[in-house]
Amino acid sequence: MLKIITAVISRDLKLAMRRQADIVSALFFFIIVVSLFPLGIGPEPDLLRKLAPGVLWVAALLATMLSLPRLFADDHRDGTLEQLAIAPHPLGLVVTGKVIAHWLVSGLPLALIAPVLGVQFDLSAEALVAITLSILIGTPALSGIGAIGAALTLGLRGGGVLISLLVLPLYIPVLIFGAGAVDATVTGLGGEGHLSLLAALTFASIGFAPWAAAAALKIALE
Amino acid sequence: MLEADNLECVRGDRRLFAGLGFKLDAGELLYLQGKNGSGKTSLLRMLIGLLPPEAGSIRWKGEAINSDEYRAELCYLGHLNAIKEELTPLENLLAAARLADEELSDDDALDALEQVGLAGREDLACKYLSQGQKRRVALARLVKEKRPLWILDEPFVALDMAAVDWLSGIISGHLQRGGLAVMTTHQKVNIAAGSVRELRLS
Repeated sequence: MLKIITAVISRDLKLAMRRQADIVSALFFFIIVVSLFPLGIGPEPDLLRKLAPGVLWVAALLATMLSLPRLFADDHRDGTLEQLAIAPHPLGLVVTGKVIAHWLVSGLPLALIAPVLGVQFDLSAEALVAITLSILIGTPALSGIGAIGAALTLGLRGGGVLISLLVLPLYIPVLIFGAGAVDATVTGLGGEGHLSLLAALTFASIGFAPWAAAAALKIALE
Repeated sequence: MLEADNLECVRGDRRLFAGLGFKLDAGELLYLQGKNGSGKTSLLRMLIGLLPPEAGSIRWKGEAINSDEYRAELCYLGHLNAIKEELTPLENLLAAARLADEELSDDDALDALEQVGLAGREDLACKYLSQGQKRRVALARLVKEKRPLWILDEPFVALDMAAVDWLSGIISGHLQRGGLAVMTTHQKVNIAAGSVRELRLS
């Protein structure tokens, strides 16, 4: 079981390394969207501090959305997906591997760059730690839930827009607890509660979402 | 070993075929023939379990085919090559084997690539190869393939004459070892097999 997951992860990471433009464009999108807000709002530290968690999280959702349409589309186009579907192990495990690889390529870089971007919003040290942790813990859920949307819209024309409509509403809980963790830390309530709920969302979506996505993929392959 | 009974295929609101059945034993080759759009690829996709038949059943060694055991004995080559443009032929072969849960050593993979005439191009990304060479990368899987049931969709497309002869030899060898093969093709090819069955879809 672990063997197939690691095989998928290592293949997808190798492909991502050969096609770095994809990783870099999502990361730069995140950086630019987040940087536009301080420029647009102007030098009002109180307002910026208040806005920071929401802005960072919304930008993280959108940056994750950017790479979702290609999660299965490339494998579908060149026939690899068929081969994966008839391999002698459950398709859900393959999708689990792809979700983990997607997070390593699209979610993890966002968490690593977030503290740097947070400085633009005059966030305190503890708020920076909180935003980094919340993005680190929350983004795997985005990849997991996003895989369902990517599988359901596979092979449809204009699938990219449709994924956003399907998936963004499902991202709302992650957004609320992710941004909430930072607010709670800043106001002194402690962000642990929010982070625990975020971790629960992540575990649930890594555990269950791949199987739902696998069922959708089988329908797309018929 | 492979039996199909009373299969019916409906795509959209058109019925492509109905009441189709066949039986294939070790060492036998099934030739699927028919016009474009007569349902050859649909039938192959039923045999690999991706397309559930509208009616009828398919059995492998007497068991229904929706099991991991069946998929572990199945090798399918579609009309898409299933190779990654960014990876080299060697990486493609090794990755495909790992994902299909097959054992394939680096030496075996290199040997297979040499046999399909890609020696010296193992380290070139597949996007720089020609159509025929990409097809050869996909076919290199068959060289070391030990699984008993081969299902091949138009395996001779984009190949030159020498490669067609080579591939016919590979398929004959597989059949002589007691394997089974189901394939579609529009070309005339000579495959030495104990018994060749033909099925014409119309």
